[in-house]
This record gives sequence, structure tokens and C-alpha cells, in this order.
Amino acid sequence: MRLLLGSLFALAVAALVGLGTTWLALTRGSAFGAVAIGAWTAFPKSGTRDVDPYARAAIARSGELPVGSGDGVAFFARADDDGRSLDGRCDVRISGTTPQARFWTLTLYDPQGRLIGNAIDRQGFTSQEIVRAADGSFDIVVAPRTRAGNWLPTNGVDSYLLVLRLYDSPVGVATRAAREAPMPSVVQTCS
Amino acid sequence: MIRWLLWLLAGALLGGIVHLVAVLMLPRTATQDAYSRLTPVAPLNTVAVLPQPTPQHELMPLMDPAFASAVCRYDLENGPIKLTVPISPAYTSVSFYTRRGVAYYAINDRSAGRRQIELQLMTAAQRADLAEDEDVTAADRLIVESPSNTGLILMRALAPEPGLMPVAQAALGKASCKLEPLTAER
Repeated sequence: MRLLLGSLFALAVAALVGLGTTWLALTRGSAFGAVAIGAWTAFPKSGTRDVDPYARAAIARSGELPVGSGDGVAFFARADDDGRSLDGRCDVRISGTTPQARFWTLTLYDPQGRLIGNAIDRQGFTSQEIVRAADGSFDIVVAPRTRAGNWLPTNGVDSYLLVLRLYDSPVGVATRAAREAPMPSVVQTCS
Repeated sequence: MIRWLLWLLAGALLGGIVHLVAVLMLPRTATQDAYSRLTPVAPLNTVAVLPQPTPQHELMPLMDPAFASAVCRYDLENGPIKLTVPISPAYTSVSFYTRRGVAYYAINDRSAGRRQIELQLMTAAQRADLAEDEDVTAADRLIVESPSNTGLILMRALAPEPGLMPVAQAALGKASCKLEPLTAER
């Protein structure tokens, strides 16, 4: 009787630990081979054959097709430079320059990777569309209400995800530090 | 008390094994992976231009809305595939994925260096079957080896501004992906 109770207990613990850690690992995102620069994180290995088993599982579960390494690299930001989650009711200013690339796009998604609808039907910018300062730097304001200049509407959602994709760029698996890839700053102000 | 702690330890160890097995098995059991999502809209071994992602309808998460995209769901069982993608004015790329969504190869218009991206996709066995004299001329033709029999080719063309989307879509509409048995070349 004791043996039976004990093994049932052990099996229950095993199921809880095994499936719980799997779920956590797949929803929190993989930490292997991540390149973190400021608020931005990229997983360049996800676009290669050397993708780790956790990233493979996460990709199969979400149903996305990662950007191939010969195509470009995707940087994700879920929080600002101070580590606070991006909130669609606050104003977020993305400014500075991007690493060298032929084109880049900045897109706003909900935390599950879906586009968010809004009145002006804008979900992102390409490097060709934005208004720049004379020195080539830019300011993009991600905010719930209309702004002059480069305005990306959040539609007031609780949380969102920004993806900056660099196409035909030397940034990739070999990139280690911010000096090789100067990413724009992400500053959030909540009123 | 000690006995229960031992059972707990055994359970935790077993849990670790469950975790590893679950992670490794998941890609095989996923029913909503990219290949399954594209199967209803993409017939085998032909190019299907995908609808633009909108907040109401997206085939896959995290699609870049600045791009027009087309997909060729391939099966190399009956021979290699010949792929031709005309280059759009801004930026065009072709990425290859296995059945399980691993991006094993990607190329863009600049590295292709011509007015169209032209290549052959085959398995390692089919490449080994190529006649030797054919292999000599392989220098000026691009051969991509697929690690699996089935998979996805994703073709994408950038519209740098929304008004250029029809141009990008038109370029992809002229892409072709078709079975080209090796015997036809000999």
C-alpha cells in the first residue's frame, strides 16, 4: 500500500515537473544563443540548421516561420530600456539608429504575435517610410493617441511586442556586442 | 518522512526525463505548425501567393506585413524541384524550411546576383545521382540540398511603402516552382 501511494506520488510529481517546465520553457522563450542589445533580443540561430531543440519546439507550437539567416535577423522587444513591460496606454519613443542593413521594418504585434487593428490601419514602418532627421537618425512614437511624425498606434492594448527586422544585414550569429549593432533606444513614459 | 523525500526526488528526476522527451517530441506532434497551417492554401509543388496578414486574418503569427509572400509546399519524392523567382524592385528573398519549420537555407536577390533567383532543390540522394558531367557544370547553377523530402519554400518581396504592394505581389505571382525529374535532363 505504501509502495503504491509512494509511486503514485512520484508519478504525479514527475508529470507536474516535466510538463510544467516544458510549458515554461516554451512560453518564456529560449535563452540559448540570444543576442541582447539594450531592450532588444534576437535569436539568430533560430534561422539556421543549428536551431536548438527548445527553439524548434517553440516554433512548431506557435506555427511561425523564423527569418532565415541568409535573409535577415529579427530583434524582439517586450520591455523598455529600464525593463518595464511595454504598455499600450503609455508613450514609447524609439530613437537613434539601426545597425547596417539594406532594409529594416519595425512591426507591432500583440504578445502572441498577431497584428493589432487600429483606425489608420498601420502596424509598422519600413526604413523607407519614416521621416528622418538631417543626420539620418529617427524617432518613432508608439502611442495610443495621434502624434505628429512617425506614429505607430497601439490601440490602447495592455501589452505588446515590437519586432525590428534587419534584412540583408551583417548582423547575425557572429554578433556579440552593441558596438557591432547599435540598436535604437526604447524609452517609455506613462502619464 | 525520509521515504517521502526519496519518492519526491524520484519524481523530480522522472520529471526531468518527461521534460526532455516532451521538448524533443513536440515538433512531431504539433498540429498547428507552419506546414499544417499552409497545407489548406498551398497545393503541392506549385506557387501559392499568400493573402496579406491583417489583424482579422493571419495564416501564421509574426508575419511581416511589409512583405508580399508566396509559398511552395514541396515533396521531392518524385524528383527535384526547379524554382524561379523574379526579383521585385526593392528586395526579394527565398527561404527554405523543413517539414518541422527549421530554416535550413535562405538567399536574397543580391546574393543571387541576377534578374531572377533560379535554383534547383533536391535531396542528397538525388544530388548523388546527378551524372558526373552535369556536376561539372554545377558551378553556374545553384543547387540546394533539402535535408527532408517535404518542406516549405517561402518567397518574399518587400513593399517599401504600402503603395508598392501590388508591384511586389505581381513579381511573386510570376514565380514558378515545379517538379523537374532528373531523367529529363539526360
